Amino acid sequence: MRHILSVLIENEAGALSRVTGLFSARGYNIDSLTVQTTEDATLSRMTIVTHGSDDVIEQITKQLNKLIEVVKVIDLNEAEHIERELMLIKVRATGKDRDEMKRMAEIFRGRIIDVTEKSYTIELTGAGDKLDAFIKAIDPAVILETVRTGASGIGRGERILRV
Amino acid sequence: MEISGAEIVTRCLQEEGVEFVFGYPGGAVLEIYDAIFKQDQFKHVLVRHEQAAVHAADAYSRSSNKVGVALVTSGPGATNAITGIATAYMDSIPMVVLSGQVGTPVIGSDAFQEVDMVGCSRPIVKHNFLVKDVRDLAATFKKAFYIAATGRPGPVVIDIPKDVTMTKCVFEYPKSVSIRSYNPPTKGHPGQIKKAAQLLSEAKRPFIYVGGGAVQGGAGDLVTELVKHLNVPCTNTLMGLGALDGTDPNFVGMLGMHGTYEANLAMQYCDVLIAIGARFDDRVISVPSQFLSNPKKIVHIDVDPSSIAKRVKVDVPIVGDVKHVLTDLIAVLKETGLKPNPDALGQWWQQIDEWRKPNCLLYTPSTEVIKPQHVIETLWKVTNGEAIVTSDVGQHQMWAAQYYKFRRPKQWINSGGLGTMGFGLPAAMGAQLANPDAQVACVTGEGSIQMNIQELSTCKQYHTPVKVLSLNNRYLGMVRQWQEFFYGTRYSESYMDALPDFVKIAEAYGHVGFKVENPADVEPVLKEAFGPSLKERLVFIDFRTDQTENVFPMIQNGKGLNQMDLPAHMRGMQQVPFDNNRDYGNLA
Repeated sequence: MRHILSVLIENEAGALSRVTGLFSARGYNIDSLTVQTTEDATLSRMTIVTHGSDDVIEQITKQLNKLIEVVKVIDLNEAEHIERELMLIKVRATGKDRDEMKRMAEIFRGRIIDVTEKSYTIELTGAGDKLDAFIKAIDPAVILETVRTGASGIGRGERILRV
Repeated sequence: MEISGAEIVTRCLQEEGVEFVFGYPGGAVLEIYDAIFKQDQFKHVLVRHEQAAVHAADAYSRSSNKVGVALVTSGPGATNAITGIATAYMDSIPMVVLSGQVGTPVIGSDAFQEVDMVGCSRPIVKHNFLVKDVRDLAATFKKAFYIAATGRPGPVVIDIPKDVTMTKCVFEYPKSVSIRSYNPPTKGHPGQIKKAAQLLSEAKRPFIYVGGGAVQGGAGDLVTELVKHLNVPCTNTLMGLGALDGTDPNFVGMLGMHGTYEANLAMQYCDVLIAIGARFDDRVISVPSQFLSNPKKIVHIDVDPSSIAKRVKVDVPIVGDVKHVLTDLIAVLKETGLKPNPDALGQWWQQIDEWRKPNCLLYTPSTEVIKPQHVIETLWKVTNGEAIVTSDVGQHQMWAAQYYKFRRPKQWINSGGLGTMGFGLPAAMGAQLANPDAQVACVTGEGSIQMNIQELSTCKQYHTPVKVLSLNNRYLGMVRQWQEFFYGTRYSESYMDALPDFVKIAEAYGHVGFKVENPADVEPVLKEAFGPSLKERLVFIDFRTDQTENVFPMIQNGKGLNQMDLPAHMRGMQQVPFDNNRDYGNLA
């Protein structure tokens, strides 16, 4: 099953590689990983999307907690949460595709953030499946480039992850 | 007053009360060695290979309650230390390893003797640090020693660039340390402890399984108290030997791949299992599904939550320092008077005694050829069961574990998790330095000893009078055993051809050497070696042992604890000799 883990970790050199090293050494999956410092510059927050049986997810959580620099780990799946991912997608926009692409961007509430005579770059945020849906919805032949951040997640309501 | 980074290093070690630093100099650590030269609070032990420095520091820890320290240079010095660090990591041994690093301006430029030590060691350390600013040095040392020794212990590496050792700053050693992201557990959850006591009182076939966590956690006395209070049978793992006295009537021997018949069957057929500082390792329970095929309730006490429910599901997890948890558990048992039903327990003991009766460790003595088991039994006799015994890895290790009945924790020092050949001799050296008055024996084989034999030189320099017992069967014995059992006796590369004359080697290093071929000479030679005339000398004894002897019992890969290969006198015995219908009393 897919799980989305939020990790607060000391913002120190090498901390990221301890996390990724742990996943590769123990054979866990990383579907996506995002990381940035928080409002407190000494802390980074990671969102790791992974999948595995409940036992494996339990071990991942415990092993992450065991890393000295990890301050807190929560499994967002345990309660209501929100996740968003950003995609930048460059598409060919010539002839009839030019209008079609603009229309599709609007349908998916994307924004065209760069325009040339031949291409659009569209910015799209949403849950991962929405971004997948966009890619499916357009002609694969017009896609020139895609870049996705992987999911960032946060608990709903009063559920807060902080020191 | 400002002092150099190198002086800060020595001052930090002094502040931590370090007695010995095991190391080897080189370019990146010359400043530190200069600072060592100028101080006399701790001694430096110059090994002959960095791997040995780390093993010696490791065994220094294992045989005392202190944190061992090793010091190596950058590049090859650091990579040579890797095997030693991994050995300590697998067995959760507290240790601080200092490695030199090239200067900060050239890090990452493939400089001479540069290796990314933080990267290389990351998967095999509890934590590691690269200190880029001399002002962080003292605080890093404080943290390193704290992290190494608390919680589930483990090795910590501090990588120190050369320019940091040359830069000056004011030295102030922090008085305390607190790391917001690191809070090792101490007390176990009282509710869980009550549940454990309750489960014990409902048990018909209770069993206690004790691992290295009890030895490292200083909980030997509490284990003994719990076992005695309940009068329950108890096993120790390879790492847990000595937690309960090997001669204690409640002790049923080591369990696992080469564990005793009675320990393995009790483990399989118990109905309530208390696991204390043990991790259900594959060499202990073999296949989890086989192990769980006989239903049992499991209480698991461990300081590391990730050890719990890693290989088997447990019913009552208790996260905490074993010492605290056992103290509380014993208190609850005494307060409430909860105990296993005495009738059922009596039946269970009867069953265990039946399993004990054939004596699975019986071997056929010989007057022609030296039996390796006989050497260990005689060692036990001659040393009164009081020696600190280190071992290498292989058949001799298993025989030492089976036949030397360890009386107390920290008496048995071996590489259990990683299984590192070459561990024994440097470990004996470290243990002897930590325990100058103890008798220290290194049980080894002609294969293992040659992986770090150069340390005979270090032993000479530092007067560590360890006794080396080499069970020389001219084979890599455990490899040969597997090839005999599983590879149609095709002894591929397991024969050690062109062996040296070990007596001459010992003598060349300035030690005493004996070669023993006659079983009748085993005892007199051991008596002489441990006797007053050779008290101050390292004695190397080359025992020419039976080439075909195998370690029994044995559980083959994939088999269950109740599917042991048994020694000759027990073959043909019922493989599952357990009476499920036995009346353990009415506990309704």
